[in-house]
Amino acid sequence: MVDSLADPLLRVEKLVRRFGGILATDNLSLDVAAGELHAIIGPNGAGKTTLISQLTGQLMPNSGAIHFAGRDVTGLPSYRRSRLGLARSFQITSLLPDFTAADNVALAAQAHDGHSFRFWGNARKEKHLRDAARSALTRVGLEARADVPVSELSHGEQRELELAVALATKPQLLLLDEPMAGLGATESTRMVALLKELRREVTIVLVEHDMEAVFALADRITVLVYGRVIASGMPEAIRRDEEVRRAYLGDQHAVTSHVQ
Amino acid sequence: MNFPLDLRNVVVALVAAGLLLLPLYSALSGNIFILTLFTRIIIFALAAASLNLIMGYGGMMSFGHAAYLGIGGYAVGILAAEGIGSGFIQWPLALAVSALYALVIGALSLRTRGVYFIMITLAFAQMAYYVASGLSRYGGDDGLTIYKRSDFAGLINPGNRVQFYYLCLACLFGGIYLIWRIVNSRFGLVVQGVRSNEQRMQAIGFHANRYRLVCFVIAGTICGLAGALLANNTDFVSPAVMYWTRSGDLMVMVILGGMGSLFGPVIGAVVYLVLEEVLSQFTEYWALIMGPLLLLIVLFARGGIMGLLGRMSRG
Repeated sequence: MVDSLADPLLRVEKLVRRFGGILATDNLSLDVAAGELHAIIGPNGAGKTTLISQLTGQLMPNSGAIHFAGRDVTGLPSYRRSRLGLARSFQITSLLPDFTAADNVALAAQAHDGHSFRFWGNARKEKHLRDAARSALTRVGLEARADVPVSELSHGEQRELELAVALATKPQLLLLDEPMAGLGATESTRMVALLKELRREVTIVLVEHDMEAVFALADRITVLVYGRVIASGMPEAIRRDEEVRRAYLGDQHAVTSHVQ
Repeated sequence: MNFPLDLRNVVVALVAAGLLLLPLYSALSGNIFILTLFTRIIIFALAAASLNLIMGYGGMMSFGHAAYLGIGGYAVGILAAEGIGSGFIQWPLALAVSALYALVIGALSLRTRGVYFIMITLAFAQMAYYVASGLSRYGGDDGLTIYKRSDFAGLINPGNRVQFYYLCLACLFGGIYLIWRIVNSRFGLVVQGVRSNEQRMQAIGFHANRYRLVCFVIAGTICGLAGALLANNTDFVSPAVMYWTRSGDLMVMVILGGMGSLFGPVIGAVVYLVLEEVLSQFTEYWALIMGPLLLLIVLFARGGIMGLLGRMSRG
């Protein structure tokens, strides 16, 4: 794989974010190449979600820069970044609970189909939006649940819907914040299979605790501890890294069990 | 929606038919008072429907919506006082000034959320109230009498009770049709999405506040029309229509009828104003009965009367 990247899709430079006295993101630099699946792992409190939120613009860094597709997006609000092709799924499922699954996805498609200052026509009857929604739902295996309100979907289905919503924005880069969180064994297997397919089409940054999934999917892995990158490289190198082992002392087997 | 069995549709159809036939009843029974009362109810229903657009569908709890009643009313009253009696000038101006006010207030208020939004909209409406009280040339505190209703060059005569009633009813039905189209449009879905989960809507690419602001302006403009109608109905406009208790009345109508339901505010306005009328004939302390009644609705019938009817039809 690529180790020195001439022209990465995403380049994070010396990002710093403080919460009071705590450095949640500590001088963090990171490159993500187009086409790769880049996993970010780290113990709880390592600042993974804080990083994702800064990448999508929900949170602004104190200093540092974020370049996406050759553009400085550091100061851009999240809706502008979404338009450029940056999509995220949320760790804690964050959908529109009053709407159906199809509505949730169709709105994401609508957001990337010109402005929405259209006051007259019935948006639920716009065929191309509904078709886009249906194909994204089919992609994640939810086509039969299209007209079910989100509040009546199971947790696993909501995770899948999160993914369908992100896909409907036709992203160049998909930021997935713990897509397996709270999934049962079968659901996790399905999700991994799904991500294996998706990685062929879109660059993915995956934050995940499920090490089995991470080592099965990732081209490269970056390890965060206390907001700092302590290691970054191919999965095999990460497995053997002494510092990574030390950081994971508490649940060491999580990493070492993958050492052949 | 199960059309034939839904009690909500039955009630809405009955109320609409009743409103359409009311002048006939008034003429046959010689009861002019009921026509005057319902003209007023229809105007407030329009104002409540516009508030419902931002409050029910947009999740923006504006506590200053009565300001537009005054702005629309003063636009008509001031022009009339200055000798400009044409409704073709008065009414578009009433709408334009309301829209402009909503644009400025909205741009400032929508930077806040929750309680702060409620307080800031209230504060702006109170400012409008005091500004109107200070207009000594136009009656100040005492209000401004309108000696001649808007003149529509013989097309329609607002001075005729029945014609004016139907004009108000047409505005109400037109307003609700407009809101219905908006709510189901691309724009409407975005506004409702923002109410449901603003962060999510930003994350998928919507500039949430821009849509909220436009929604706020549309609602203010519709309410400005209600203000123009109200001034014509009473031949009078005074700062009192903008007082914060008036804004509270409008909120109560929306909540009573059912927030986020298309016809809820109409039902709410009818029930609230008829109750007020009936109760105040028995006692001047009618609010003592109205208050607990509202409490019951809020506590036990979330979604207001329309929500209650919906649950009853589902059994």
